[in-house]
Amino acid sequence: MEHKLAIKISSKNVGIVETKYFTFNDLVLENKHKLSQVTVAYETYGTLSEKKDNAILIAHAFTGDAHCAGYHEGDEKPGWWDSMIGHKKAFDTDKYFVICSNVLAGCQGTTGPSSINSETGKEYGTDFPVISMADIVTVQKRLVEYLGIEKLLSVAGGSMGGMQVLQWAMSYPENICSAIPIATTMRHSPQQIAFNEVGRQSVMGDIAWKDGHYYQTGNPDRGLAVARMLGHITYMSDVSMQKKFPIKEKEKSVKFDFNADFEVEEYLRYRGSAFVKRFDANTYLYISKAMDHFDVQKEDFLPAEKNINIKFLVISFKSDWLYPSYQSENIVKYLKMKGQYVTYCNIHSTYGHDAFLLEIKDETNLIKNFLSNLYDEVNSVK
Amino acid sequence: MSNKNILLSHLKIADIVGIKSTVLDLGCGNGDLMAYLEKNKNVNSQGVEISEDAIYKCVEKGLCVLHSDIDGVLDVYPSNSFDFVILSQSLQQVKRIDDVLEESLRIGKKVIIVFPNFAHISLRVMLFFKGRAPVTKSLPDRWNDTPNIRFLSIKDFQKFCEEKKYKIIEKYFISNSKYTHILPNLFAQQAIFVITK
Repeated sequence: MEHKLAIKISSKNVGIVETKYFTFNDLVLENKHKLSQVTVAYETYGTLSEKKDNAILIAHAFTGDAHCAGYHEGDEKPGWWDSMIGHKKAFDTDKYFVICSNVLAGCQGTTGPSSINSETGKEYGTDFPVISMADIVTVQKRLVEYLGIEKLLSVAGGSMGGMQVLQWAMSYPENICSAIPIATTMRHSPQQIAFNEVGRQSVMGDIAWKDGHYYQTGNPDRGLAVARMLGHITYMSDVSMQKKFPIKEKEKSVKFDFNADFEVEEYLRYRGSAFVKRFDANTYLYISKAMDHFDVQKEDFLPAEKNINIKFLVISFKSDWLYPSYQSENIVKYLKMKGQYVTYCNIHSTYGHDAFLLEIKDETNLIKNFLSNLYDEVNSVK
Repeated sequence: MSNKNILLSHLKIADIVGIKSTVLDLGCGNGDLMAYLEKNKNVNSQGVEISEDAIYKCVEKGLCVLHSDIDGVLDVYPSNSFDFVILSQSLQQVKRIDDVLEESLRIGKKVIIVFPNFAHISLRVMLFFKGRAPVTKSLPDRWNDTPNIRFLSIKDFQKFCEEKKYKIIEKYFISNSKYTHILPNLFAQQAIFVITK
């Protein structure tokens, strides 16, 4: 098939990629509920080494997907972490085999509330079982096994991706050499839960939501869009918003209506309406609840007697007020007390929580060197 | 000259810590000392450093470092978890000296401290004859942009250890990239102390 791309793909890019699917049966969830069949959407970049020792799993954030690098045929925008994954980038696809999958209960190809329940022939809606971060990671583990990998060189991710990284270290410590949790926490604070709850109330308060069974009648777009608008505010910072949306004199007119008078309003409206086109409202509810209930601290995470040795690279950002640096510092302190190898950097940034998607140079500097030293070490031990 | 003094202090620290010991370097900077010890003495080291740029250099060298104030992290390390805690060129920048030294002596079996001697003759001369805050090769920063907040002499430190009942088990003095023994408080630019409780 001949295709002409509208944009020029840089030589550092992984190029045209495709989402693949892996299906398995009988997943027993943490709460003992069973899903008879699960499909996982995933992408891979680079080549798996003969020894299968160069695989890195990237875990996406709340509303992310499996497409983290390269271009889908015909797309003008690359995957969500494209600047970090590719030739000579932080996750160097010349050296490493990079995997990313859509999370369980997602809506971008992996089984979730908008998938068809084979028992009823209809979408699950809120009949979909409640899932946890541990279930999300169990599904990733099945995928990694299916790809023939016993031990990952690393698991990396920001925000909710970082929670999955910590969950990997808790659930499957023997199956990872290193872990890179970025801008994340061991558990949500009341403030984080509060923001999620307002998002959920916005969705559930939309008359179109219909207790989650809206797939035949129309999506609760209004509620989901408002939830997303709130989300976007928490991902930025006061400084980054001032830079992005400087208030113009003409905006400060005494005459106003209730249209978007200010640029920031227009931006939030746009982001809200763009979001509902690609995201399922029920997924929003399930995943945000899984985040709120995530808590590695309450369980015995990395017990000393198990003699686990994982190398951790913890990264946070100074202006992140949604996942403040103190939460990463708590991770570092916890890991240190458990005698783990931890390197930590609190990167100066004004971008707020979004920094993990934007502070590419500094993140690359840390991650590239961390992985390269680790990979040399892993190879020299053998 | 000052770089050579530091280099010499690194060689001495390498001698002191010996092979395969565990080391916590507080204020590890770019990680030069840690890298040297890991390479030449097979030491297992960890560092703490406040400068973000220095953290990048450490990670580049494959070192294990925490981006933090020295004061902020010491409580996470179990007692006696390191053979040596090192404060090389960082003591003079520490705010809570008493706590940091007390904690260092709890975490490490021994503590190595390297600091510039503020009573060196060249500093005395500058202060006395020129009436200016001293700037030397060992202490190159002017009063307004120095990271140092403590100005101590060798005598000060010895007196401090005496008061705190810390045992000085080894001491070395460096002047113009050589060891010196003669009137160290007057002629040594750098002092190395190994202390224990």
